[in-house]
Amino acid sequence: MIRIENLSKSFTLHNQGGAVIPVMAGASLTVSAGECVGLTGQSGAGKSTLMRMVYGNYLTAGGRLVVGDTDVATAEPRQIIALRRHTLGYVSQFLRVVPRVPTLDVVAEPLLVLGTPATEARDRAASLLERLNIPERLWALSPTTFSGGEQQRVNIARGFAHSYPALLLDEPTASLDAANREVVLTLIEEAKARGAAILGIFHDEGARARVCDRLVDVISFTPEAAA
Amino acid sequence: MTVMEKVAATDQPLLKVEGLTKRYGPRIGCADVSFDLYPGEVLGIVGESGSGKSTLLSCLAGHQRADLGRVSYDGRDVLAMSETERRRLGRTDWAYVHQNPRDGLRMGVSAGGNVGERLMAVGARHYGQIRGKAVDWLGRVEIAADRVDDRPSAFSGGMQQRLQIARNLVTSPRLVFMDEPTGGLDVSVQARLLDLLRGLVRDLGLSVIIVTHDLAVVRLLAHRLMVMKSGRVVEQGLTDQVLDDPQHAYTQLLVSSVLQV
Repeated sequence: MIRIENLSKSFTLHNQGGAVIPVMAGASLTVSAGECVGLTGQSGAGKSTLMRMVYGNYLTAGGRLVVGDTDVATAEPRQIIALRRHTLGYVSQFLRVVPRVPTLDVVAEPLLVLGTPATEARDRAASLLERLNIPERLWALSPTTFSGGEQQRVNIARGFAHSYPALLLDEPTASLDAANREVVLTLIEEAKARGAAILGIFHDEGARARVCDRLVDVISFTPEAAA
Repeated sequence: MTVMEKVAATDQPLLKVEGLTKRYGPRIGCADVSFDLYPGEVLGIVGESGSGKSTLLSCLAGHQRADLGRVSYDGRDVLAMSETERRRLGRTDWAYVHQNPRDGLRMGVSAGGNVGERLMAVGARHYGQIRGKAVDWLGRVEIAADRVDDRPSAFSGGMQQRLQIARNLVTSPRLVFMDEPTGGLDVSVQARLLDLLRGLVRDLGLSVIIVTHDLAVVRLLAHRLMVMKSGRVVEQGLTDQVLDDPQHAYTQLLVSSVLQV
């Protein structure tokens, strides 16, 4: 479902003397349907950079990066927009929303964009919020005023609202209590069971051991290691 | 088939722009601008003052005559159209939200009249229905129903801007041009408008070209982003990609100059 071949990336800082910083070279990995692959490596090794490249958020310098039938490395913005709508979900560490929009609508939005009838989309959103223990009295409020842990759970509910065939998870269990961590791990297991290909970053070793089928250390993708 | 599926199925751009150039004597207004805009797509145009953003927008809408290039809307050559034809398009399919609301409003006509006038221009005749729809749209932009008979000259700048937006969207246009629409608005109203626009884009397949200084606004609203400097497009791509991994020196400066709240 996700196939990465010989991927490379560098940043050019034009306003700092044109410094070119190579951050990745020779990155290769695959994630099959129903499989969860965990990215490991110390902080700054490039785990999030790789996830952002897969999502089309960072451009790639070279190599192939295929999700479903789209080569993200060469796709037009329009194709990436379609890929993100239908195929590829992303739970980042930050919730970015239009202020004043109710939590229930924030979570239902990925379904509404796909043309799901509003009542069905809101029912699905409600059941996810309920599972993630967001009290119903908060659903009509904007999540911008919520605590960090609540915002993260809203972000997870939004990421799982549509049954994406491929999912990127950036520290989905960080800052969650034991009960909610359990809910998130169950959601991940359910997604795998329905055939989703998942690429994730988990600092929580217990979570990693439970949901990941394989681990890939991104240290081997740093330019020095490849050279 | 839902609206979005229909939109996704149409693989023809709604607006196709090729090599658009406008000069003011020896100076460049905008030069060699090309892009496609599809139904249901929001394109943001950012850049510093004087970079040609507003010139580009007014050339696209036919308010100014471009010197070179082609603009085709739904397969029709916009630059070759007669003035009458273009004005008809401006009433039915297009909307233009000006930076200064006074340019887009009739200041001597009531708020309700400003909104109703657009409806009448496309054939609405029933007074009760026109008034009802006007009040509904004023509500959507958070103007109280008891202000419907007041003239815009009695409104604050932010209210005038909201009224201009209601006047433009009431006729369900397919393409909306917006020049700094949220510039003078309170952040609370700005948020409400962003949500309203996102809903229209999502549910009706509205296409929008929005010129703005505000990178937070484009991040939440625009699918794609075009960065202009000195009349030329220096970078374009997926909005979050341009903002998070900018390639051009000017874009990097622009993105790194935003104050964190």
